[in-house]
Amino acid sequence: MFELLGIPPQALFGQLLLGLINGSFYAILSLGLAVIFGLLNIINFTHGAQYMMGAFIAWMLLNWLGIGYWPSLLLAPVVAGVSGVIIERLFMQRLYHLDHLYGLLLTFGLALIIQGLFRNYFGSSGLPYQIPAELRGGQNLGFMFLPNYRAWVVVASLAVCLATWFVIEKTRLGAYLRAATENPTLTQAFGINVPLLITLTYGFGVGLAAFAGVLAAPIYSVNPNMGADLIIVVFAVVVIGGMGSILGAIVTGFGLGIIEGLTKVFYPEASATVIFIIMAIVLLVKPAGLFGRTA
Amino acid sequence: MTMFRMNRRSVLAGAAATAFSARSMAQAQQPINIKIGVLNDRSGLYADLTGEGSAIAARMAAEDFGAAAKGLNVQIVSADHQNKPDVGANIARQWYDNDAVDVIADVPTSSVALAVNQITREKNKIFLNSGAATSDLTGSQCSPNTVHWTYDTYMLSQGTGGAMVKAGGDTWFFLTADYAFGHALERDTTAVVQRQGGRVLGAVRTPFPGTDFSSFLLQAQASRAKVIGLANAGGDTVNSIKQAAEFGITAGGQKLAGLLVFVNDVHALGLQTAQGLVLTETFYWDLNDSTRAWSRRFAPQRAGNMPSMVQAGVYGSVLHYLKAVAATRSKDAAQAMTWMKGNETDDPLFGKGTVRADGRKLHPAYLFEVKKPSESKGPWDYYKLLATLPAEEAFRPLSANACPLVRA
Repeated sequence: MFELLGIPPQALFGQLLLGLINGSFYAILSLGLAVIFGLLNIINFTHGAQYMMGAFIAWMLLNWLGIGYWPSLLLAPVVAGVSGVIIERLFMQRLYHLDHLYGLLLTFGLALIIQGLFRNYFGSSGLPYQIPAELRGGQNLGFMFLPNYRAWVVVASLAVCLATWFVIEKTRLGAYLRAATENPTLTQAFGINVPLLITLTYGFGVGLAAFAGVLAAPIYSVNPNMGADLIIVVFAVVVIGGMGSILGAIVTGFGLGIIEGLTKVFYPEASATVIFIIMAIVLLVKPAGLFGRTA
Repeated sequence: MTMFRMNRRSVLAGAAATAFSARSMAQAQQPINIKIGVLNDRSGLYADLTGEGSAIAARMAAEDFGAAAKGLNVQIVSADHQNKPDVGANIARQWYDNDAVDVIADVPTSSVALAVNQITREKNKIFLNSGAATSDLTGSQCSPNTVHWTYDTYMLSQGTGGAMVKAGGDTWFFLTADYAFGHALERDTTAVVQRQGGRVLGAVRTPFPGTDFSSFLLQAQASRAKVIGLANAGGDTVNSIKQAAEFGITAGGQKLAGLLVFVNDVHALGLQTAQGLVLTETFYWDLNDSTRAWSRRFAPQRAGNMPSMVQAGVYGSVLHYLKAVAATRSKDAAQAMTWMKGNETDDPLFGKGTVRADGRKLHPAYLFEVKKPSESKGPWDYYKLLATLPAEEAFRPLSANACPLVRA
């Protein structure tokens, strides 16, 4: 039986590691949101639905076309990204000059429609998706049993997060993107195709969500509501990290995963609330978020 | 038989037949209008095991009973309560007050069911519950207007809990969904475990709905309990089972007790992950010839999905109610309830049974084990029968019941 403060250090390591794993999902998802918000000024409420689409596309590829996990990891984000590009071209580009609220309403409505379509077709109870054979089993670390797949999730998401950060902050393409955010008219005057950049950025953000969805498919229930359950937490992560801050989203994602993991040991009932309590405190103390710049 | 051999007896028989058909024609001219509202989750996590499938089951009951030929004009309406008590209560009032609904059927999610239970009693209508789990519907909150058909938390704990303890699982740790239903299920199962000499080593209350249960599962693992009791439902159960397999908990010798697992959850998990799970249901499509025949008529209307026990329960309860109205030729709630409690139930899905004074429908419960992938012959071939619990063992005896209707 567990005692509140008498937890052996080994168990604590285990919980910290689990927190880090959950933080991986928060990090990738909040990263996508931060990229989209930073460059498009759109609060992408469709993100949860796009994460869900990633998992379902992986399932469809496997069951309809016989394409396994590894190709899906690339294909599903591409397919979802293309759907994102279509959404951006058809709807979002008409909203850039309007208030944030319009983008929020549009993406929220789209999320409901996408979830509804998937629910109508696939039902609500979910679909099975197995862990790929190469990653079954796990390692006994002494303090806990670490499934190989979870280790892979941490590695994959860290790699994707760092690569994204690198591209945006350290490369020429990233410099164009940041310039386009800062002053689109001037950037366009230099001969850079700003609308194309924005469209591709949205596609990329959606692809990140779908990538997280494929990562989640073997370990979480693949059902139409899987994104809706997660997206609220992810928004809190973005707010804590600072809207639009790339590094903030990554660091806060992992950090809050760990804090949530510890809460699950010390006071499980509060583990769904703890992130929102932190959000409230951060907003009081530092309204722009931990890594955000005050406008 | 030839025409000229007609004698006095056959003339009398003919006259009687003419009189009878005249009477049924009169009935056909003044049919009794019955409106049944199927209220359940049509968009959330219980939509597959209740949802439109329950409305289909209700329509099938009306057709199979031949309601139209018996002078009953049955109309089935449906609505989505979104698993929210306030939404469910509003729809129930609207239906009873403005839309002339006589009966509300199904209503999964215990909190919504308890609200509809209260409103139905106020309005003196009839509530045929199939989807909800709480045993309070026929316990402390029992009502003369309610029949609780399919299952309840007492029976679930009795079935799965009892079987696990008998099989040597005498130490338990619970993963409990942190709301009324989870608490009730943990409470009822703890009672069963302790009565049979087992011990409960601990429990963790998990926020509802949850996605990642690995942290809680590791706590359960550290407790070294032989059985991890999952006092949760739907997506929570699916996630817990999936992750228990991933973390090698089931392979390490601890057993999972899915206290409320529906056939749709097993479908969502896949046999590879769900194999070996022990669970209790009161209906399974592949139980016998008549359940198979009915389910094969049901499935094509639901994109090939087999019926859940909740949908079967909607069929059974609506059928029994229609029999009551046809027999009494009245929609009076008290008359219909008296008839339903006074006459044996008989349908192809649950067989013969009774409705007890407290509103509890009695039928056997079945302890199933989920098949290995190698044992399954095809889609939806998921269960093998371990044991049958007779109704009087499966459900709470009247003597232990807090229902004021029975004590009075």
